[in-house]
Amino acid sequence: MERYYNKEIECAPREQLRAMQSERLVSQVRHVWDNVPYYRHKMEEAGVSPADIKSIDDITKLPFLKKDDLRESYPDGLRGVPAKQCVRIHSTSGTTGKRVVAFYTKEDIDLWDTCVARALVAAGITDEDVVQVCYGYGLFTGGLGLHGGAEKLGCLVLPMSSGTTDRQLQFMEDLKSTVLCCTPSYAAYLAETINERGLRDRIHLRRGIFGAEAWSEDMRASIESSLGLKAHDIYGLTELSGPGVAYECSVQKGMHINEDHFYAEIIDPDTGESLPLGSKGELVITSLTKKGFPLLRYRTRDICILSDEKCACGRTFVKMSRPMGRSDDMLIIKGVNVFPSQIETVLLQQGYPANYQIIVDRVNNSDTLDVLVEMTAENFSDSLSKITAKEKALVAEMKSMLGIYANVHLVTPKSITRSEGKAVRVIDKRKI
Amino acid sequence: MEVRQISVFLENRSGQLAHICRIIADAGLNMKALNRAETSDDGIVRLITDKPEKTVKVLADDGLVCSCTDVVAISVPDVPGGLAGVLEEIARKNISIEYMYSMMGNDGNNHAIMVFQTVEQADVFSKAGLDVLKGKDLGITEA
Repeated sequence: MERYYNKEIECAPREQLRAMQSERLVSQVRHVWDNVPYYRHKMEEAGVSPADIKSIDDITKLPFLKKDDLRESYPDGLRGVPAKQCVRIHSTSGTTGKRVVAFYTKEDIDLWDTCVARALVAAGITDEDVVQVCYGYGLFTGGLGLHGGAEKLGCLVLPMSSGTTDRQLQFMEDLKSTVLCCTPSYAAYLAETINERGLRDRIHLRRGIFGAEAWSEDMRASIESSLGLKAHDIYGLTELSGPGVAYECSVQKGMHINEDHFYAEIIDPDTGESLPLGSKGELVITSLTKKGFPLLRYRTRDICILSDEKCACGRTFVKMSRPMGRSDDMLIIKGVNVFPSQIETVLLQQGYPANYQIIVDRVNNSDTLDVLVEMTAENFSDSLSKITAKEKALVAEMKSMLGIYANVHLVTPKSITRSEGKAVRVIDKRKI
Repeated sequence: MEVRQISVFLENRSGQLAHICRIIADAGLNMKALNRAETSDDGIVRLITDKPEKTVKVLADDGLVCSCTDVVAISVPDVPGGLAGVLEEIARKNISIEYMYSMMGNDGNNHAIMVFQTVEQADVFSKAGLDVLKGKDLGITEA
């Protein structure tokens, strides 16, 4: 039998939801107009005022927010309430090094936890479960996001954070974890390690909540059979709160969007034109309730399809397909957002030419990032220690900018492949 | 300094060293020494040829990154303990060696040739009583 965390909302009639969205949008637009000069200015430029927004149908009159807007308004130009009313920030990578900082009030955290709790219940998780959270804790939303939702639901939470596989496995066995939360690639890695060490009979996992990176049905099947659990997808982004914007129910055909908090649209990424349900396009999300960081019509750059087909689970929230790609050049590597422009910024700062190549692959279910960089006469030296020191500095800067390790390979100048005069910057060999 | 050495950046790709040698061969240059030093992922090839300037030109024309460094070539008696004696003399003068490698050929008196890179000048070696060889002793024809 399907279980719900907020049945009256998750299964509300569409008209009721629509009315709630209209009411919330009107009030959110007023809040933003009054408190976020950056967006108010955008509205003025577009010739829209709060008086023009009478229902959810008027949403298309509002201007879009893009990642560049978030970067331009760094650090707090889009904050919707005084810092004193905020209780937390989270942060994600920006396009050229400046990060995006998202603010949360106490109520924002609470509604986020609620969204995550709905996702957990939809995956069949109860307050009897022991939830092992292996997402990173800190600026990244994965760890604290799943943590908050699981705690709200009343689960026993193991705040493991990422890494240290030996400790993960020891706690998993000794504390009898029943739920695993991490990236699908880490789940696959754990599965492999568990089977290699013959621990399969000593673990008690029955559910997995895996998000923050692209994965396929094949990968799901492989994780499910090797760990003996049922794997559920979860979607979200820091700009809008974190994981829990959308979640999978028992039907597992798309993710329900928490529509009382997030309004979803699909647009043509090239023209910005709204597309009807069922079309493939860029997902645009409006935060209807968040006050600390109230984003209106945020372009996620994720390409997907929305559907309002009746779901057998009983929920009436529209569903989004898994993201099928990006409308920008952002890469998601080990769950971390990486922009080629960030790599370029580091290279230029370190005195290397901006002619580089990024190779992403997945080896033993773990993403790898290799960066080919052209050597220059200025950076070359007859001294091995000088070359090595420079290479180490480059790797360290890259790690600091991206948050993940990149294998840097220096190559002969002008040897990086160019097609039609234009360099091929990114080669993604992952088969997802 | 007596001998010009050419250092070439060598990326970690099979056939790179062969490629460098082929360029030098096609330019009719005669290689006298070759030493390869590697970092974890790439490295340096150090070369001595009969025409250092022409060598730099042909390598640079091919798009390779290279630079010139002066090194010291010393004649070492080709007998047991020959090198140990030379190194002990260098140590006595507190000369620290950054790197060293051997070179082809000998001076006809049963001596081998070692190439040294140090922070000190060549005359320190001469003053230490070591037999410092000149470019022309090694078949380097270019000035």
